[in-house]
Amino acid sequence: MYAASDLRKGLKIQIDGAPYIITHFEFSKPGKGQSLYRCKLRNMITGNQQSQTYRSNDKFEKPPLSERKMQFLYNQDGEYHFMDTENYEQTFLTADQLGDNVKFLQDNMELDVLFFGDKPIDVTLPIFVNLEVTVADPWAKGDTSGNDTKPVTVESGYVLQVPPFVVEGDKIQIDTRTGAYVTRVKE
Amino acid sequence: MLDIQRLRIRAAFFQAVRRFFETRGYLEVDTPIRHPLVIPEQHIQHIPSSSSFLQSSPELYMKRLLALGGCEKIFQICHCFREGERGRIHLEEFMMLEWYAKGADYTQLMKDCEDLIRFLAVQLEEHQFPVAVDRQWEYLTVTEAFAQYSSISSEEALERDCFDEVLVEDVEPHLGTQRPTILYDYPLALASLARPKPDPLGLAERFELYVAGVELANGFSELTDALVQRQRFQQEHAAMAADGIGQEEAMPEHFLSALEEIDEAAGIAMGLDRLLMLFMGMECIGEIVSFAPEDLDS
Repeated sequence: MYAASDLRKGLKIQIDGAPYIITHFEFSKPGKGQSLYRCKLRNMITGNQQSQTYRSNDKFEKPPLSERKMQFLYNQDGEYHFMDTENYEQTFLTADQLGDNVKFLQDNMELDVLFFGDKPIDVTLPIFVNLEVTVADPWAKGDTSGNDTKPVTVESGYVLQVPPFVVEGDKIQIDTRTGAYVTRVKE
Repeated sequence: MLDIQRLRIRAAFFQAVRRFFETRGYLEVDTPIRHPLVIPEQHIQHIPSSSSFLQSSPELYMKRLLALGGCEKIFQICHCFREGERGRIHLEEFMMLEWYAKGADYTQLMKDCEDLIRFLAVQLEEHQFPVAVDRQWEYLTVTEAFAQYSSISSEEALERDCFDEVLVEDVEPHLGTQRPTILYDYPLALASLARPKPDPLGLAERFELYVAGVELANGFSELTDALVQRQRFQQEHAAMAADGIGQEEAMPEHFLSALEEIDEAAGIAMGLDRLLMLFMGMECIGEIVSFAPEDLDS
């Protein structure tokens, strides 16, 4: 159990059977009044945001969250299937649950899957992933518009801006936090 | 941890505060920081120190000094301690300014606040105060403020046990945004040591000073009726027992008899770190104290 005085940004608590993460926290105490713990919370399953103000005597359950190392297998009809690298158990998350993360998935990629009880709810990608460029228009030489990037598509279907020298078949490194091109990778 | 430049500003600020009170004939006093007995306040947690407690305010002993003959106006700048209070504008250990004047009421303290802040704004002219202090200050009663900024009245909020929440969430963000705001005439239930207003009933002569949404000071006409004060303490003890906060129920007898020596008086506590924070244009109180809690060895 957590006490109100444990609340802080980033803490995960359980409310009405759902896991929430505190995204904003402020301690308040009006003169001669009581301590108030003001939180903005995000439901870790639905993504819904809400504000709550708690008092000193409020208590909170710790949500049963755990992370497991898993491998991405395949995507079928919007269900993304993963396999536990230790016990080979399989599970899937939907495209909705994965959000922007689907842009960076690659067959056989290893990543951390977050479970709430025995339900997978989120993934943590590596910070950098190397993906193959599948579509790249040749750079129009003599382009004087001043643009020093061009759009390419990588194997996951994600489209991003890269320097003009990148060609089809190249592997490029992408920062999954920003979605931006980092460098071309030689293999 | 402060650099030498900020330490100098902090020192100049304290010197200016002292100058203000000295030129007005206030006597600077100091009182014990450790109190064997603390006055019951439901929402203040005292930090124990051996068999005593660190002061949450020098109020008790300053009022006893005020009761002395010939002691008309006193002030003190001292460290105060409140357990579990840590946030953007809260520190468990902070610097308090308190002043008390015999024969005064809370309207005199409001005037003092205006004079003090304007004096400091001149003395510290290179540091821009966040709101205009020379304009006419805003005076709002608690009742008016709730009517203006929240969907329920202050009486209703008290009844539904959400006064603090409504004050913090709906009202405070609007206070002192363009010029300082004096929020005054609190419900009697929220002013344990303040004198009741003669009319209307149910209100106390208590006020708070707000600048940029930050509560800076809490002042009131002192309740000097020892009998009524004793009853208020008993009520506070009962409320604390109901909250399950174990507290000995001894009464500060010396303090209560000192009250009988005071006919009329007013006193106020101001958070000096918060005031300095505003003068320095900082967002966090930890940025303007010599050492923030994170800077300490532990």
